Amino acid sequence: MQKFKTIKSIPAYLPIVNIDTDMIIPKQFLKTIKRTGLGKNLFYEMRYNEKGVPIEDFILNKSPFNNSEILIAGKNFGCGSSREHAPWALLDFGITCVVSSSYADIFYNNCFKNGILPIVLPEAKIKELSEYSKRKEEIIVNLEEQKITFGNNEIDFEIDQFKKKCLLEGLDDIALSLEKNPKITEFEKKLSSNKPWIFND
Amino acid sequence: MSKTLYDKIWDDHLVHTQDDGTSLLYVDRHLVHEVTSPQAFEGLRNSNRKVRQPNLTLAVADHNVPTSDRSKGISDEESKLQVETLEKNCDEFGIKLFGMNDKRQGIVHIIGPEQGFTQPGSIIVCGDSHTATHGAFGSLAFGIGTSEVEHVLATQTLVQKKSKNFRIKVDGKLSIGVTSKDVILQIIGKIGTAGGTGYVIEYAGSLISSLSVEQRMTICNMTIEGGARAGLIEPDEKIFNYLNGRPMSPKKENWDKALDYWSKLKSDGDADFDKEVTLDGKDIMPMVTWGTSPQDVISIDGRIPNPENEADEDRKNSIERSLKYMGLKPGTAIKDVKIDKVFIGSCTNGRIEDLRDAAKIVKNKKVAQHVYAMVVPGSGLVKQQAEQEGLDKVFKDSGFDWREPGCSMCLAMNADKLKPEERCASTSNRNFEGRQGRGGRTHLVSPGMAAAAAISGSLDDVRKYQN
Repeated sequence: MQKFKTIKSIPAYLPIVNIDTDMIIPKQFLKTIKRTGLGKNLFYEMRYNEKGVPIEDFILNKSPFNNSEILIAGKNFGCGSSREHAPWALLDFGITCVVSSSYADIFYNNCFKNGILPIVLPEAKIKELSEYSKRKEEIIVNLEEQKITFGNNEIDFEIDQFKKKCLLEGLDDIALSLEKNPKITEFEKKLSSNKPWIFND
Repeated sequence: MSKTLYDKIWDDHLVHTQDDGTSLLYVDRHLVHEVTSPQAFEGLRNSNRKVRQPNLTLAVADHNVPTSDRSKGISDEESKLQVETLEKNCDEFGIKLFGMNDKRQGIVHIIGPEQGFTQPGSIIVCGDSHTATHGAFGSLAFGIGTSEVEHVLATQTLVQKKSKNFRIKVDGKLSIGVTSKDVILQIIGKIGTAGGTGYVIEYAGSLISSLSVEQRMTICNMTIEGGARAGLIEPDEKIFNYLNGRPMSPKKENWDKALDYWSKLKSDGDADFDKEVTLDGKDIMPMVTWGTSPQDVISIDGRIPNPENEADEDRKNSIERSLKYMGLKPGTAIKDVKIDKVFIGSCTNGRIEDLRDAAKIVKNKKVAQHVYAMVVPGSGLVKQQAEQEGLDKVFKDSGFDWREPGCSMCLAMNADKLKPEERCASTSNRNFEGRQGRGGRTHLVSPGMAAAAAISGSLDDVRKYQN
């Protein structure tokens, strides 16, 4: 996984609540067996008409937002299906940070597995930040310091310290867990004697 | 200290806990399907890792499979590749797979319980948000992403932080024509689509205990639509009887040991819940969704809401957007809304009791002339059972299409989908924009309500058709 670096970018603002993962990446693109190449289909049905022609009004089709690395959106972002294709599509488009007042649990977790930082801020702060999207001004997201800088202002944000470490160092979850192999083996031994039906022993 | 059922299952699966509470949990059962697994297997291959416990893993192709005649295979090239990739991966890593032509094939959340793979007190995961279904057995079951699928394959564990406890109590009795689908739709309407975010829900109360095993699965299945990753119900005799003798259920002395353990799985009487909601059965009506979120729900006697009556700006905008997408006007009686298609099936309502409920309504009646109606059994075994009972004939005689098992039009990854602006009464779980096909308009209902809509040609009250 890529290490998370400080981002400086004009944010794209999508003022819609309950953006579900079907909206982020519709099912016809889930037939892939790869993780890459989904960026062009991100928000497909909002972004292209029935003939596949880009809808000019849609924010991610417009300059400078077609190069945004930060997406600001309404509450309960990423609800619905567990498809990791949603963060893959965001990442492939170039978005490595999402800002919302709340996220669905599965999507939130999936972000961290892909080097995407989902930031939670109160609604009032979201409104304030969204002004920078409208004014097409850059904001800076610094994970190390847990800080967003915009104009002469700063906002601090909260983040789980373990998740922060994994993002900053680009750690491989599986390798970390495999270090606990002796503990897993020990657990399995106990499981096999206490609940033999689990292994059908 | 008193514990909830969730607390107990959690504690019983802890392999390791870091100082910050991040925990490594052991996974007892892992279900795998073709859409969310190819990248996970590829990850294993790239890092030279094996599947730690192939015997605790069960795979099936369900999302992409055609529900029409399968003798010619899959015509869509991408779908075909994905299903073949699953076959190759299962073969390479030694995982049991129910292939497309196996009669046990079906929707992953239907075959787990059917085979006895789903068991009380266990942790069950799958790269699919409707994994919550298995919570009906008193297991902790939740959906995970593909990276987590890879993690479970490689380590048989998962890194998690504990959720909070939420109890939803439903007491009383179901009125005639009201089903567990209506109960869960009403619950989602009440708590909202993010009401359960950060929680595990335990469903309790006399109405919940009175439900059959299959009805409980419908409730737990849609837990994710209320924002909670997992929903569970204390297991009881009905659950134990259901599991007894299933192919993957414990046998002989293991059955006795399991039963002894399962019988103790309950929340302590004085356990603390961080949030509680109570409903009374007598207030629950046949429900239908009008918008593009499962929380957009009204009773069949209701009218489409008016965004102008909303004080909250976000909510107002969201209703306006939904109504525009759905092609509906505020104040319209929902019963006056004409439909084009009916879909009966999915992991929410594709089991035998669902098909019986719907068949009872359509028996000796005809599907309205302008309506195309389809039944997609949840698994090959559900289909077989329905055919033994003659339900296929009841459906076909009334004009329904009788299909092969799979996820089908619940998410429209295969050929079954809505065309733009087509309106569907659907027993599935999501009415999101584009979910059943680009521009398609979904109204979520119970199987009986879907059947009633097929006959009437409009959304209708199932109670009209009850004897």
